[in-house]
Order: sequence, then C-alpha cells, then structure tokens
Amino acid sequence: MKYKIFTILALFFILTAKSFALVSVDITRGNLDPLPTAISDFYLDSKLGDNIKKLQLESKIPELIQNNLSRSGLFFALEKKSFIQRPEPAHNKPRFEDWAFIKTQVLVTGKISLEKEGRLRVEFKLWDVVSATELSALAFYTTPDNWRRVSHMISDKIYERLTGEKGYFDSRIIFVSETGPKVDRKKRLAIMDQDGYGVKYLTLGNELVLTPRFSPASQHVTYMSYFKNLPRVYLLNIETGIQDLVGDFPGMTFAPRFSPDGKKIIMSFAQEGNSDIYTMDIKTRVVEKLTDNPSIDTSPSYSPDGSYIAFNSDRSGFQQIYTMKSDGTNVKRISFGEGLYGTPVWSPRGDLIAFTKLYRNKFYIGVMRSDGSGERLLTENYYQEAPSWAPNGRVLVFYRETPSDSSGRGGGAKLWSIDLTGYNERLIQTPTDASDPSWSGLLSGK
Amino acid sequence: MLSNNLSKVVLALVMTLFLGACATQQATTTTTTKGEDAYTGTETVKFLADGVPDRVFFSTNKSELTSAATTTLGKQATYLKANPTLNVVLEGHADERGTREYNLALGERRATAAKNYLISNGVAANRIKVISYGKEKPANPASNVLAWSQNRRTVTVKTN
Repeated sequence: MKYKIFTILALFFILTAKSFALVSVDITRGNLDPLPTAISDFYLDSKLGDNIKKLQLESKIPELIQNNLSRSGLFFALEKKSFIQRPEPAHNKPRFEDWAFIKTQVLVTGKISLEKEGRLRVEFKLWDVVSATELSALAFYTTPDNWRRVSHMISDKIYERLTGEKGYFDSRIIFVSETGPKVDRKKRLAIMDQDGYGVKYLTLGNELVLTPRFSPASQHVTYMSYFKNLPRVYLLNIETGIQDLVGDFPGMTFAPRFSPDGKKIIMSFAQEGNSDIYTMDIKTRVVEKLTDNPSIDTSPSYSPDGSYIAFNSDRSGFQQIYTMKSDGTNVKRISFGEGLYGTPVWSPRGDLIAFTKLYRNKFYIGVMRSDGSGERLLTENYYQEAPSWAPNGRVLVFYRETPSDSSGRGGGAKLWSIDLTGYNERLIQTPTDASDPSWSGLLSGK
Repeated sequence: MLSNNLSKVVLALVMTLFLGACATQQATTTTTTKGEDAYTGTETVKFLADGVPDRVFFSTNKSELTSAATTTLGKQATYLKANPTLNVVLEGHADERGTREYNLALGERRATAAKNYLISNGVAANRIKVISYGKEKPANPASNVLAWSQNRRTVTVKTN
C-alpha cells in the first residue's frame, strides 16, 4: 500500500507530571497497550429513598464512565465480576492487594448520597493500585436526572488526571440526520452527547440543511439552509429555537464557522460564478470581504487564537489548502502533496490542521502542521470528509459514505471518530444516517 | 517579390510549428487533468420543448461549457427568446466525489457559466436565476462513473 497510514512514534506533547504516581497513560502512541482499569460500582448512602434507588445510578454511572474510557482506546476496563472488594469498603479504604490480584493498575470508586431538596452528591475517587495511593477525589452536586452529565464530567477528570490532558467526554456533537432515498434525501439538524446518546432534532426536515457548526462561546449554531429555496447561512439559538439569517447577501452564502470568540461568522458568498470569503460581525452586522480572487475560495476555519484563517481554494487550478492572516493578507498555499485537498479545520491546540484529501479516487482524513509540513493520513476510504476536532484536539469526528449499487440503493452515511494517532477508529451509533458532524467545546468550560 | 513570397512561406511555416506546439501542449494538459468526461448521452435528459434539452453536462471539477453544452444552450436561448414571458432558474449540480462545500461553489460556477451563455445569446439577465445544489440532488443515485457524469450538470427549469 503506497499511502499507508502512519503511526506516531514521536512525542507531541509532554505530559505534565503533577504527582509521583507510577500510573500514567501516554496518549501520543495509540491504543496498543491500554491501561487496565477497574471501575467499581458506586455505593448508595442508606438514607436514599426508593425513588432514587430504583434509578440504579450506583451501576449506571460507573458503566457510563467505563464506556467513555474504553471508547477512548486508552483504557481497558476489567470485568466487574472479577472484583473482590465490595463498593463501600473499596471507596473508603481499598485493599490494594485485592485489586492488584486482578491485575488492574487503577481503580475508580464512588459514593452517591442525598443533599438538600432532592439533589444528589456524587463523589468519586481515583486510586493508583500500583503505588497504593489516592490520585484524586471530587464530588459533584446535581439532580438525579442529570446523572449522565456527572458521569461525563467524572470521566473527564479521570482522563485528565491519568493523561495530563483535558478530556472531551462532557461535550456534544451537532450533525445532519439523513433519511430517505438519495434523490430525495431528507436532512435535519440533530444534536447528541458525544457518545451518541440523547439525539434531539432541531429542524423538521422541510428544507435541506447542511454543515452545522457550534459557537465556541454560546448556545448558538451556524449552518446553511435552503429555507424558501434560498441557500443561505443561518444562526440558531439551540436553547430558544430562534433562528436568524446571517447578513443580507444577494446570492448563496455557505460554509459558515464561528470565530474563536464567537463574535463573527466566517463564510463563503457565491456570486457570478465566483466564491469569496467574508466575515460578518454578529452584533454590529458589519460585513468584511477577506478574499478577492476569481477562483473558488471556501471552507474557512480560524486558528484558535483568531489571528489566522485556513481555507480551501482552487486558484492554482485545483482544490488546495491555503492560510492567510485574519485580515486577508499573507495568503500562502500550504498543501503540496499529490491529489486534491479540502475542508481544512484548525485544531483547538493551534498546531495542526485536519483536512480531507482526494487521491486516486480514494478519500483520506489527514492532518498537517499549519505551515503544511508533516502531512499524515489517518484513514483511507471510499468516501469520507468534514473532520471536526474534539475539544482537547486528540480525536476527530468525520462522516463516511458507502457507495450505492447501480440501482442507487445501499449507500449511506455514518459518523466515525479516530484518534490523532490514526488508531482507535470507531463508529458513532446514530438512529439514522448522519453527516457533517461538528464537535462542541467542553460544556463545563475550560 | 521573391523575398516577399519567401517571407510568407516562412511565416506560414512558423505558424504551423506554433500551432503544432499548441496542439501538443493541449494534449499534455488534457491527460494531466484527467481528460474530458462530460456525459454525452440522453438518458436523464428532459425537454423544455420539442428539441430543446433541459440540461448540459460538465467534466469532473470543470465548469467550462463543452461544444455539446453550447449547442443545447443555443437551443434554449432561441426557445426563451421565442417565449419572452418565460422565466427560468438554472440549477447547478456536482457529483458525489467531492467535498460538500466546494461542490456548492462548483454548482454555482456551472450554473453561472450556462447563464452567461444564455445572456450572450440574447436572453435578458433578469429572466434567469441560478441556484446551486452542490451534490445534494443527484439525478442518478448510483455510485459509478456513468451516474457521476450524469450528475455533473446544469438543469434549466421553468419558473412560470
């Protein structure tokens, strides 16, 4: 295979060593040696009422944590039935030899108790079995129906403590849900937790909608809609459901994204066969034109500090990736490999740009440094595009299509995630076909 | 006299060489850009009126009108001039083998190429609108070379 998938051998990020614990996870190498992890059932305070007890949170919360950690590819969760010590003593004072006996290296324990006004206190502790020490402990206060969020937040704390990097579990993905035959596809905006749970639909499917993207700063989403058969960029408040047209352009606007401060939308405007890149300030509605070239300029994406923009242009004759300063100056082509390049998306860390590449009739998701060097292809397939970064810049979500047969049936689109290492490629289950995913920031903030 | 004739011959020779060079150049470019693969059949074509096909086809990643396309658009222009109350929208499309956002732009460029041809053949600009659907509305839902060529198109649709 000429274009094999590269593995990372170099260390990209130096782990921040905050303690002398022996256990840590090197997340720069892929999932060749996931960390054996025991996640004990939590124990329920005896004062909890039957209405809480019947929710079975003592096993549901650990199961969700286990699901998150396993899906990351960095942890290997041990079977619950091999555990020797009961949840309560394990949480209060683990007998480390019992846990070492089943060959786990870390242990997660927890306790659920009642607070005022029906609120719960969910406490977890993370233990290093090898050095027999407590690594961290934290309590969250919440209503019982919010147990999934709490589980995601605990997962993030564990991930962060063991990898030295922020987690990404307390986050959501917005995407386009697809149903119906290819020639008359119904597309709806949908949102779900990053693990695929709790899909909610934001539009009814009466008009074609494409390319939703989260605001990094608010409960807003920008996307493209064919409302009244006029393809335009819209701004949607996902809490109130109120949507607004972005700008007053006499033609198609598309490919929207937010600036990192959430104050501007950057997008393409097509007129007379020419697409250029514009920004609009959401508050003042001031519009600025950033590129002025007879070619197609589209798919703009800001660097996380807002000072640069990566975009897609065919000014060389073919689709390639360019960068420019955020005022439109200093335009530089950065992709020079064979094939066509599209959909550049700047990593939240600022160091890498993810992209889609078409080469010899295959589609690749890849990353390169922001100067175009160090191109690495993570995955090859019949069709895939539109990578979007997890909030910690370690995982990408994208969509992949399968071909339809000669009668036009059998094709479909699904969401997939893959680690920056090129390992741990996973399908994200969705109730319908799905495309155009966009990953939110951490809901609990940075 | 002789020298004059001679210089004409020389000029003709130079021209031939020049044109020859051009042809060679053209051939090389064509092979490196994957060649012309616009659909030339009639399978998906509908008609605005007798003998007036409703659509034109494009090569991969291209928005230049082929000679078949200009023939079709010429017929459309004649038809539209003969029916001056008719308005049309030109729907630009791309095949499924490209990124969504780029394809939206490409569809707009293809529709605009057709629009400009109609205008240059005497159809009033205010009678023509364009819309791009990118790869969202294939005419043929199959995933093969034939379907893709049928989907790289601009379709002229009457709006009244």
